[in-house]
Amino acid sequence: MDMQFFWESLVTLIPGIPLTLQLAFLSTFLGAFIALGLAMMRLSGIRPLDWFARGYLFVFRGSPLLVQLFLIYYGLSQFPAVRHSFAWTFLRDPYWCAIIALTLNTAAYASEVIRGGLLSVPHGQVEAARACGMSGFKLFRRIVLPLAIRQALPAYGTELILMVKATSLASIITIMEITGLAAKLVSETYRVIEVFVVAGAIYLAINFILTRIIMAFEYKLTPHLREPRITKVLALENESAGEIS
Amino acid sequence: MTSSASQNSPVAVSLTDLHKYFGDLEVLKGVTMKAHEGEVVSILGSSGSGKSTMLRCINMLETPTSGTVTVGEETIKLVTDRKGVVKPADRKQVDRLRTRVGMVFQSFNLWSHKTILENVIEAPIHVQGRDRKDCIEEAQDILAKVGIADKRDFYPSHLSGGQQQRAAIARALAQHPDVLLFDEPTSALDPELVGEVLRVMRGLAEEGRTMLVVTHEMSFARDVSNRVVFLHQGQIDAEGSPDALFNDMSNERFQKFIAG
Repeated sequence: MDMQFFWESLVTLIPGIPLTLQLAFLSTFLGAFIALGLAMMRLSGIRPLDWFARGYLFVFRGSPLLVQLFLIYYGLSQFPAVRHSFAWTFLRDPYWCAIIALTLNTAAYASEVIRGGLLSVPHGQVEAARACGMSGFKLFRRIVLPLAIRQALPAYGTELILMVKATSLASIITIMEITGLAAKLVSETYRVIEVFVVAGAIYLAINFILTRIIMAFEYKLTPHLREPRITKVLALENESAGEIS
Repeated sequence: MTSSASQNSPVAVSLTDLHKYFGDLEVLKGVTMKAHEGEVVSILGSSGSGKSTMLRCINMLETPTSGTVTVGEETIKLVTDRKGVVKPADRKQVDRLRTRVGMVFQSFNLWSHKTILENVIEAPIHVQGRDRKDCIEEAQDILAKVGIADKRDFYPSHLSGGQQQRAAIARALAQHPDVLLFDEPTSALDPELVGEVLRVMRGLAEEGRTMLVVTHEMSFARDVSNRVVFLHQGQIDAEGSPDALFNDMSNERFQKFIAG
């Protein structure tokens, strides 16, 4: 065991972490908006929109991310029209190609997660909001979406973790994130095991922290699913209220 | 409660020749009734008689296939779309009328992600645009009135059914409604919790609130309401003061119904 080399590998790979996180978070963030749009299209009851969303899902969920990445990075540049368009400022850059591929991909998966969340919103609670005179976007924003998010959160957390791991594919199109740096180091040293063990450990550490954050977030959003812990605070409040009156 | 108490006051809710189809099934077959301000009307009938549907037509949770619904002075405008489906002509009008009509559901339907206080202040703040601080103060008074002031920071799932229903009543009261609709408010409750909800409702009746109550609680219909409406197969079969109706032995169908 060459501890020295393990350490050196770690030092070499750590600078790739910010790029990995950037790819994962930015594309998950952007993908969430597309996902919400797709989920709404599927639930809209309007045939053409529903079909479009189904088609999108079929393509992006049914084909490998790596193939999508290749098509966007190598494929689109084959068309002169693309090269001469405004989009080329992004599409020439492997970073943006990776972001686009990851975003489009996660949007497909996340739209199903969100759709499930929206479907789980109890009808009675929506009806109660309507009965109060709430409708349209306000009803969606204040009642439907908060309830759907709480339902979708566990599955969405998994999607985020999958995305962190999916970023490693971006190394194939020359992006120097963790896996990219690892591959480079291997080609320089031919020490596959040590380098990729370290790379794997870094992903594990990232995802460990990520799961904790997601769990904390879930915990914060679901006080209604736990035993009330505010009895004491209330008792104190009532006491002081009593003193004033 | 005297049955003549409010017959002379202005009309709060008026339904005229209300028909409602669910597909081919005609649930309401021409219902006409009025509720005056300050009146407590109990709506009785066996299941499937259309009593809940009738109540839900008042705030357009169900759209009547034909007929008119008037709340206060305002008649809800309905149109038939190209597919022949009847719907409100003006969504804004419906939203506005709904803020004047408080509804209490059989299954409470409190918003599970909000505390009891947040449930009560939601519509006043975010629909009616009232001042947050005032709403909170008022909400605390209302919660005290229905006897769950100590539960304001709890979530609905932490409360018993009776407490949840009282919170739902508080939520309806916070809108300052002209009319309160109760859709079988005690039917989902354990027997020992029914009393606490009925007590709150009795208090509201004594305040002179306008209430339309779909219920199976005969004691409430008999003792609290000014008027009883008995629905049978989508039509009003009998109507009158509780005394008159409950003692009218000639109405076999109603006597059979109350005998269970």
